Amino acid sequence: MGPAPTVHAESVDFVMLYIVAISVVLLIGITVTMIYFVFKYNRKKGHEPVDIHGNVLLEVVWIVIPTLLVLSMFYFGYTSFRELRDKPDNPFIVKVTARMWQFTFEYANGKKTDTLYVPLNAPVDLEMKSVDVNHCLYIPAFRIKEDIIYGQTNHLYFNAKQTGDYDIACAEYCGLNHSAMYTKVKVLLDNDFTKWYGGNWQPVKNGSASN
Amino acid sequence: MDNSSGVLPVEQVKKSFYQESTNKYTGIGAWLLTKDHKRIGLMYMYAIISFFVVGAIIGLLMRLELLSPGGKLFSAQTYNSLFTLHGVIMIFLFIIPGIPAIFGNFFLPIQIGARDVAFPRLNLLSWYVYITGAILALTSLFLPGGPIDTGWTFYIPYSVRSGTNVSLALFAAFVLGFSSILTGINFVTTVHRLRGKGMTFFKMPLFVWATYATAWIQIIATPVIAITILLVIIERAFGVGIFDPALGGDPILFQHLFWIYSHPAVYIMILPAMGVVSEIIPTFSRRTIFGYKQIAYSSLAIAFIGYLVWGHHMFSSGQSDLSNMIFSLLTFLVALPSGVKIFNWVATMYKGSIDPQPPFLWVMSFIVLFSIGGLTGLVLGSLATDIHLTDTYFVVAHFHYVMFGGTGTIFIAAMHYWFPKMFGKMYNIKCANVAVVLYFIGFNMLYFPKFIMGYMGMPRRYYNYLPMYTPYQRISTYGSWILVGTIFFIIGYFVYAYYRGKKATSNPWGGVTLEWHIQSPPIMENFETLPVITHDPYDFSQLKEMKNE
Repeated sequence: MGPAPTVHAESVDFVMLYIVAISVVLLIGITVTMIYFVFKYNRKKGHEPVDIHGNVLLEVVWIVIPTLLVLSMFYFGYTSFRELRDKPDNPFIVKVTARMWQFTFEYANGKKTDTLYVPLNAPVDLEMKSVDVNHCLYIPAFRIKEDIIYGQTNHLYFNAKQTGDYDIACAEYCGLNHSAMYTKVKVLLDNDFTKWYGGNWQPVKNGSASN
Repeated sequence: MDNSSGVLPVEQVKKSFYQESTNKYTGIGAWLLTKDHKRIGLMYMYAIISFFVVGAIIGLLMRLELLSPGGKLFSAQTYNSLFTLHGVIMIFLFIIPGIPAIFGNFFLPIQIGARDVAFPRLNLLSWYVYITGAILALTSLFLPGGPIDTGWTFYIPYSVRSGTNVSLALFAAFVLGFSSILTGINFVTTVHRLRGKGMTFFKMPLFVWATYATAWIQIIATPVIAITILLVIIERAFGVGIFDPALGGDPILFQHLFWIYSHPAVYIMILPAMGVVSEIIPTFSRRTIFGYKQIAYSSLAIAFIGYLVWGHHMFSSGQSDLSNMIFSLLTFLVALPSGVKIFNWVATMYKGSIDPQPPFLWVMSFIVLFSIGGLTGLVLGSLATDIHLTDTYFVVAHFHYVMFGGTGTIFIAAMHYWFPKMFGKMYNIKCANVAVVLYFIGFNMLYFPKFIMGYMGMPRRYYNYLPMYTPYQRISTYGSWILVGTIFFIIGYFVYAYYRGKKATSNPWGGVTLEWHIQSPPIMENFETLPVITHDPYDFSQLKEMKNE
């Protein structure tokens, strides 16, 4: 899939890798032990079975170690999630309107598009509303999504560090053409974006540039 | 020896429950008006398996549609109805009632040394309520308006806007909920009041424990969905603004209420299956279960913590970050008792005398599939990864591994384990061994690619997809052919065994719980004289005595 287009995508991939790695070890451990027992203690070998009712130490071990493991997974998942809330004070705001079965993007200068255009390396905050049912704006490459609930405004924040076109999908079932509710986010270089935007778009990278 | 098992010798000498009626009718009337828990269990079985087959065929059709992008086979509207029906049928008509209604009904009273459940008439009523709910659900398909297209989650506002027969389908779910509550009440009362002499709580087989824990969830959680459903129907019919923001309602409130039931319902689906696993492993390892109390208590822990994790279905809904954090943490904690069970099951094989007969092989494939399902649940419990993966194929894969790979596999395992007891016939062991291998291959081909597609960003409930997913979708569809083919093969050898199978002995596996002390098929009211229980549930030293009985 190439290099990750956002820092957050990298951290999500790390959390994924962390959990999957531990899971694979556990899965292989369980499966191999089970298969080993089936051969080793096979009835054909004629062992007398031994009744072992339990072992306190083992029970403690397989409560405590998994507890520590899942707490670490929780921690990484939570800290990575917090990145989505680390919004600077003046992000580039785009208003998103979702309807069956289309997204519309409206920029501060009144420009409206079906495709989302954003500048590179700029914090972007999507202010999302629905006019009919629930939708969900999902950018797989950025590893983020947020539901768009009729009657409330939800936010989605990202900061792309790689130019390119990335898919946007609707991820909350919304009826007939749900699966056709695709569009793109185009991440443009500063100059290209300014040209497309037709003027100053308040770059916020270095704090007070907009003044 | 004491007649602790209260029972008859191996060869059948008494009329089985098939040959005796509890009422004055014979033939179909003896079934439809029966108060016998075994007959009612079998009536559930025929109904539930029929719905399972319908649900599986719908799933097969969906996979066929997704064989290539572009959608040629059905219209989008039809596809949307198909996945809704697949979900509604599989969840409300198959997997929630599945194991408790069939095997719980048949074996729970026997395993605690009772002649029947506490309320036999109520038991029959709950079957009729179930059938009524099923008929209502089927009726909703054919009435004007058409089959529902909301997804089985019925999210508002779409479910208020949809012109399809949402209200009737919801009402069907409401009715089915009552069947579930009645069965739950019956089992709780039976366990409390009808345990045989000497059958203390900690002498109960673990299947009874699991069914008992499940029954409590059924009683406590189901009314929440019943009320929620009524509110949606009222909203649709009278335009009262409860959930629909256009009328001043709150759609997130619906999601909360829906998942307050539907998450515990996940444990209604899996706990009885876990109980069956705790029966099968000791029997085929011929030794006592490892960590009896831990397994029993972990069922209760799951039942309890399971109430407190519903918000993990809503991490992307805009609920507060604090809620997200708490629900994520609790979700990780609910994974622990399931882990405890798996470790204890594997430890039960240690120093056993293992005879890998078909029921045991099904349990082995369960342990792998369910572990994959459980471990991928950790990925979804973690906030950052869930935000990426919720509402994608990853979730679809995860819950099919848990529900189908878990409960579905054990449903089949339970059939293989108890078939000789229920019908007095033995199926072909070789066929069963082949089936478990084919099933395992087909299952993983069907569902594993969905993990990958999900991580690539394939959203669920999509009629169409981007060309980059084609190879994975293909493998998945091929897997569905193997899997559904295997299911028909299994049904085939069971039906064959039913008519032509060899006679089964009363204890073909060498089990020691009470059902193996009585003849196959059991007599009406199960026991000649009620047993006095002196042994632990998995005390295989009884086997020697049993052979002399």
